[in-house]
Amino acid sequence: MSWQRKILRVDLSKGSAEIEPLNMEWAQQFLGERGLATKYLMESMDPKTDAMDPGNILIFATGPLTGTMSSTSGRYAVVTKGPLTNAIACSNSGGKFGAELKFAGYDLLIVQGRSPQPVYLHIDNDNVEILPADELWGTTVWHTEEWLKSRHQNPLLKVASIGVAGENGVRFACIVNDLHRAAGRSGVGAVMGSKNLKAVAVHGSVGVRVDDPQRFMQAVKDTKALLWDNAGRRELTELGTNAMIDAMQEFGGLPTRNFQEVQFDGYDKIDPNAMTTPNEHGHTNLITNKACFGCTIACGRIAHIDQEHFTIVNRKEYWHASGGLEYETAYAFGPVVGVDDIDALTFAGYLMNEHGMDPISFGVTLAAAMELYEMGVISDKDTDGVALNFGNAEALTVMAEKTGKFEGFGQILGLGSKRLCEKYGHPELFMGVKGQEFAGYDSRALQGMGLGYATSNRGACHLKHDTFAEDMEDQTGKGKAVPCKESQDRTAVVDSTGLCLFTTAAWGVEEFQQQIDAACEGDWSVERLAATGERIWNLERQFNLAAGLSKDDDTLPKRLLEVPAPSGTAKGKVNQLDMMLPEYYEARGWTADGVPTKETLQRLDLS
Amino acid sequence: MQKALLINPEKCTSCLQCELACSFEHEGVFNPAKSRIKVFEFEHGRRAIPYTCTQCDEAWCLHACPVEAITISPNTGAKEVNDNTCVGCKVCTIACPFGTVNYNADSGKVAKCDLCGGDPQCAEACPTGAITYVDANWTGYERMLESAVRAHPAA
Amino acid sequence: MNHIIIGAGPAGVIAAETLRRLDSDDSIIVIGDEDETPYSRMALPYLLAENIGEDGTHLRHGADHYAAHGIRVLKGRVTAVDTGAKNVTLEGGDALSYDKLLIATGSHASRPPIAGMDLPGIENCWTLADARRIAERAKPGAKVVLMGAGFIGCIVLEALAARNVELTVIEMADRMLARMMDDAGAEMIRRWCEQKGVRVLIGTRVESIDNGEVGLRINIGGGEPVAADLVVCATGVAPNVGFLEGSGINTDLGVIVDDHLQSNVADVYAAGDVAQGPDFSTGQSEIHAIQPTASEHARIAAANMAGRSNRFDGSLSMNVLNTLGLITSSFGLWDGIENGERATVLDKKHFKYLRLEFDGDILVGALAIGLTQHVGVLRGLIQTRVKLGHWKRELLRDPHQAMSAYLGRTQGDTSPLVGATRAA
Repeated sequence: MSWQRKILRVDLSKGSAEIEPLNMEWAQQFLGERGLATKYLMESMDPKTDAMDPGNILIFATGPLTGTMSSTSGRYAVVTKGPLTNAIACSNSGGKFGAELKFAGYDLLIVQGRSPQPVYLHIDNDNVEILPADELWGTTVWHTEEWLKSRHQNPLLKVASIGVAGENGVRFACIVNDLHRAAGRSGVGAVMGSKNLKAVAVHGSVGVRVDDPQRFMQAVKDTKALLWDNAGRRELTELGTNAMIDAMQEFGGLPTRNFQEVQFDGYDKIDPNAMTTPNEHGHTNLITNKACFGCTIACGRIAHIDQEHFTIVNRKEYWHASGGLEYETAYAFGPVVGVDDIDALTFAGYLMNEHGMDPISFGVTLAAAMELYEMGVISDKDTDGVALNFGNAEALTVMAEKTGKFEGFGQILGLGSKRLCEKYGHPELFMGVKGQEFAGYDSRALQGMGLGYATSNRGACHLKHDTFAEDMEDQTGKGKAVPCKESQDRTAVVDSTGLCLFTTAAWGVEEFQQQIDAACEGDWSVERLAATGERIWNLERQFNLAAGLSKDDDTLPKRLLEVPAPSGTAKGKVNQLDMMLPEYYEARGWTADGVPTKETLQRLDLS
Repeated sequence: MQKALLINPEKCTSCLQCELACSFEHEGVFNPAKSRIKVFEFEHGRRAIPYTCTQCDEAWCLHACPVEAITISPNTGAKEVNDNTCVGCKVCTIACPFGTVNYNADSGKVAKCDLCGGDPQCAEACPTGAITYVDANWTGYERMLESAVRAHPAA
Repeated sequence: MNHIIIGAGPAGVIAAETLRRLDSDDSIIVIGDEDETPYSRMALPYLLAENIGEDGTHLRHGADHYAAHGIRVLKGRVTAVDTGAKNVTLEGGDALSYDKLLIATGSHASRPPIAGMDLPGIENCWTLADARRIAERAKPGAKVVLMGAGFIGCIVLEALAARNVELTVIEMADRMLARMMDDAGAEMIRRWCEQKGVRVLIGTRVESIDNGEVGLRINIGGGEPVAADLVVCATGVAPNVGFLEGSGINTDLGVIVDDHLQSNVADVYAAGDVAQGPDFSTGQSEIHAIQPTASEHARIAAANMAGRSNRFDGSLSMNVLNTLGLITSSFGLWDGIENGERATVLDKKHFKYLRLEFDGDILVGALAIGLTQHVGVLRGLIQTRVKLGHWKRELLRDPHQAMSAYLGRTQGDTSPLVGATRAA
C-alpha cells in the first residue's frame, strides 16, 4: 500500500490508454515520484532521442506519500528528456493535481508518442479518455482549466495543462496545475506540447491507503508538530520564500543584471515588506498565503496588482487575485533584469502562469537579451521596437506576454538564454548550466551552490542539493564536495516521496524515514533511504551520459569562474569549481571524467 | 455544554488536511472525495471556505428521512446517519438546503458530518485553527445558526 | 385536548410526534387502515431490491416508540367525518371525537381503465402487501412489464432490475418522467436504461391485457404484444379523500389547505400527499406527494393544532431518483418561467446534465442528472431566494458552480474561482 500499484500508460500515437501493474521491484529500489519515474524513463526510451521527438516519454509521477496525511503530500514530478538541456528533466509541482492523480488510482502516468491532433486526457478513476482539444488549442492555461471543469461538469476536476508557449515549443514552457502551481523547470511543457497534449484533467475517488495506519498517523502527528514548531517553517508561512531576497542582498549573492552584479538597489521595493506595504494608491500587493495539498507550511502567496498600474489599467481581466511573488519570481523579474516595479513583477508572474512558462528561465533569458541590447548587439529592429534596457518594467511585461503568446521577439526569447546567446554570437552571456538558466543565487558568493548548479542532472538548479549552511559559513570551495553530494542524494529521496523539499527546514532523513516506513511495504531504514537517493542520482547521471552529456557539461559560465564578484561579502571572489569538482567526483565514486565506476554501480545495484 | 465546529475561513490555507482526516476517520482511507467537510476555493485562492454541516436545529435531513436513519446524538447533538438503517433514498440530500449531505454511490448510503462522536478530526488536523471545536454558545456559532435560520425560515 | 390523526404514514407519524413534543398531556390517536407497523412506502423499492428487510421500512424503529410517546396507533378505516359534531366514524360504526383533526390519509394507487387490469399477476407497488406479492412473482429471469415510467415507476424500475428480471417498461407519454424531467434529461435516462438492458417503450399505450399461452399478454398499440409473468402498474396515484364526501371539507384533487395547513373547516387540518397546499414557487395550491413536503406539512399543521400560529411559506416541489445507478433530481420551476434565463450543460456521453432556471438573478428551478455532491444547495438557493449578483454570470457559464455561488453570496462577497471568464 501507499503505492497504488498501478500505472497508466497512454500512447498518443496509437490513441491507447492502458492500465498496467506497477513494477514493485522498481518501487522498492527507487521509491516513487522522481526516482521511480527516472527508472521508467530509462527503461522506456533511448536517452539519445530528441526531446521533442515522439519517442520521448513524458511521465507524471506521484510518490508513495502523495495524497496521504503526511504534511506537504501534494507533490508530483514530471520526468522526461528536457528540450532545454537535452538531459533528464525532473520538475516537480505542488497544488492539488498530483494528489488527485494518486486518488484516481495511479502511481505514474506515462505518456508516449505524439497525437496527430491536439488532445487532452480525461481521467476519472479507471475511466480514461483521450479527447479532442481543438477548442482548447491556442488558449491559455487559465481558460483551459475553466473550460475542462465546465465541460466535464466537475468543479473538483484537477487540471495540469500547457499554454500557447508549450504548444509552440518554447524551450522553457512549463506544465501548470491548479492555475498557479507548476512543474516549472526544464521545458517539460514543451515536451507535452510536442506530443499535442494540451491538458491532463483528473478526478479520483479511489483514495490512498497506507501499510500501517496507526503507526503512520503517529509519525504524521509527530513530524507535523516538529514542522509547525520550526522557525524556518514560520518564516516560510509568514514571509514566503521571498524572505530570501533580503538575505541574498545582504550577503551579496543576488544575481543582478544578468549576473554582472550581485546586489540590487531596488531589492526593498520587491521584498516581503514591500509586498505588505500599501502603495500611494493604498493598494497592498499581498492578500494572503495559501497552501498546496496537505501542506502545513503554506508558503504560497496570493497577491493582486494595483488596478491603476500601467500593465492592467485597461485590462480588467487581470484585476483578480492570483499567485504572487515568490523568491525565484521576484529574482527573475527583479534584480536579474534590473526591474523594481512590484506590480510589473506580479503581472509578469500572472503571465507565466497563464501562458505556462518557467519564470526563472524567462527572466534570465530576458536578462541576456537586455545585456545584448545594451551592448548594441541587438536593437529595436530585433525587439519589435521595445527598448530592452535593464530596469525597463514595460519591457519585462511586454516580452513576457510576447513569449507566452509566441509572438515577435518572444519567439527568440522562447529559445532560452543559451540558444539566444549563441544565435547572437555571445555564448558567454548565457547564465546557466547544461542549457538551463540559474536560479537566484550567485555562486561566487555561494560556492557549494556553484558545485550544485554544475553537477545537477537537470542543468542549473538550486533545488537538487542544499549546501546553504556550508556556503554561509565559508566562502571558499573547501569542504563543499561531500555536503553537496550527500544533500543531492537526500534531496533525491525527498523528491521521490511525494513530499515537499521545504519540509527539510524541520525534517531530517529520520522524519521521512518514519513516515515512509509506516506507509510503505518493506523495511525502510535511514541507510536504505540514503542508498536509494544515491541510486537515483546515479541513474539520472547514467541517463545523461547515455544521452551524450559529459564532464564538459559540469561547468559554470566564465563570468562566475573568472570575473570576481563586484561587491558584497564575496567581493573579489570567483567560484572555485575547479577545486570542488574533482573532490565531488571522488566522493561520488566516479572517475575523473565524471563516470560512475563499475564498483559504484554495483554497490548501488545499477549495473 | 454542547460543542460545535467553528469555522473561520480567514485562517484557511486550503491545505485540505481536514478532508484527508475526515475521510480517514470515516472510510479508513485518505480520500477527499469522500470527505464530509469540503473546502471551497475562490478567485485563484484568494479565499477558501471550509464547509460542512452546522448541525442546524431545523434538521431538514432528519425530518426528510423516511426510515428514521438520521438521529440526534445525545452526546454531541450531531445529526448522525445510521448506515444500517439508511436505505439510500437520497431524499435528505435534496432536503438539506445547505448541500451538506451527500450520496456515496460506493456504499449506497448518504454521508454527513457526525462530529466524529465528539472528537472532530477535521479540527484536529487543521494546522491554522481555521476549524475549531468549541462551546456552542460561542458567538460565532450562534451567528452561523442565526444566519441558517434566517435563511431558512420554517415551521 | 383530543387530537385525531387519520393516516399512519410519515405525515401522520411526524405530526403525532410534533404534537407530543409541543403539548405533553394531550391525547393523540393515529388511525391507520393497514395491518402493519407504520412504514414508509418510499422504502418499499429497497425491500424489493432486498437491500432491507420489512422492519427496514418502518418509520420508527423502537419497539415501543409510539407507546413511549403516548401515541395511540389504532387500526381502522375512517368512513366519515362529522365536522359539526367533531367526530370521525370508523368502519364498523365506532365514533371518535376530536378537538383537532389532521387528515393525513395519503393517496392510493390508481389503475387505468384498461381491459384485463384486474387479472391475477397485475400488481401495484404501493403497499407492503403489494411488495410481498411482487416479490413472489419477480424471480430472477421472470418476464416483468412495468406500466408507467413516472417518478414512482422509475423507483420501482430500479427495484425490479435489482431482482434480475427481464424488464420491459411501457410508458404512455412520449418521455419518461414527464413531470420531473425535460426532454433532454428524459432521453438521457431512457438511453441509460436501454444500455443497462431494460427495454423501454415510450409513447406506447397498453390497450388491453389478457391471458396469453404462458402468463399474461400485454397488447400494445403499434407493436407486438409483450408477454409477462408479472405486470406492475405504476401509472399514477390519487389522494384518499373519498371518505370526506359530505363532510363540508373542501377538496379539489386533495384537501385544500391554507397557509396554516388548515382546511376550510376550523380545527381540521391536512398534511402530506392528501393535502393540496401552498407551493413555494407558484403560490398555487398543489399536491407534491414527497417526503419533505409531508414532513413540513406535518410539523406546521401539528404546531397549529397545538395552538401555535405557524405560517407556511409553501413547499418546494423536488424529487430525487436513482434509475439503475443514474441519479436524477429536480427542484422547483425546472421548466423555467416566461422571460427567465437558463443555464444548461449537457454531456450525453457521460450521462451528465444540469439545468438551472433563473428569474432575474434568483434561481427558481433546477434539473440535475449525475449530480450527488452538494445537490441540496439547489434547494437552498431557490428557497432562500439568494440574490446571485455577479455569480449569475458565472452560473450561466458553469452551472456546477452552484455550491460556490451559495457560499460566495452567503459567506461574504466572494468572487468565482477563476475570476473573469476569458478567451485566450
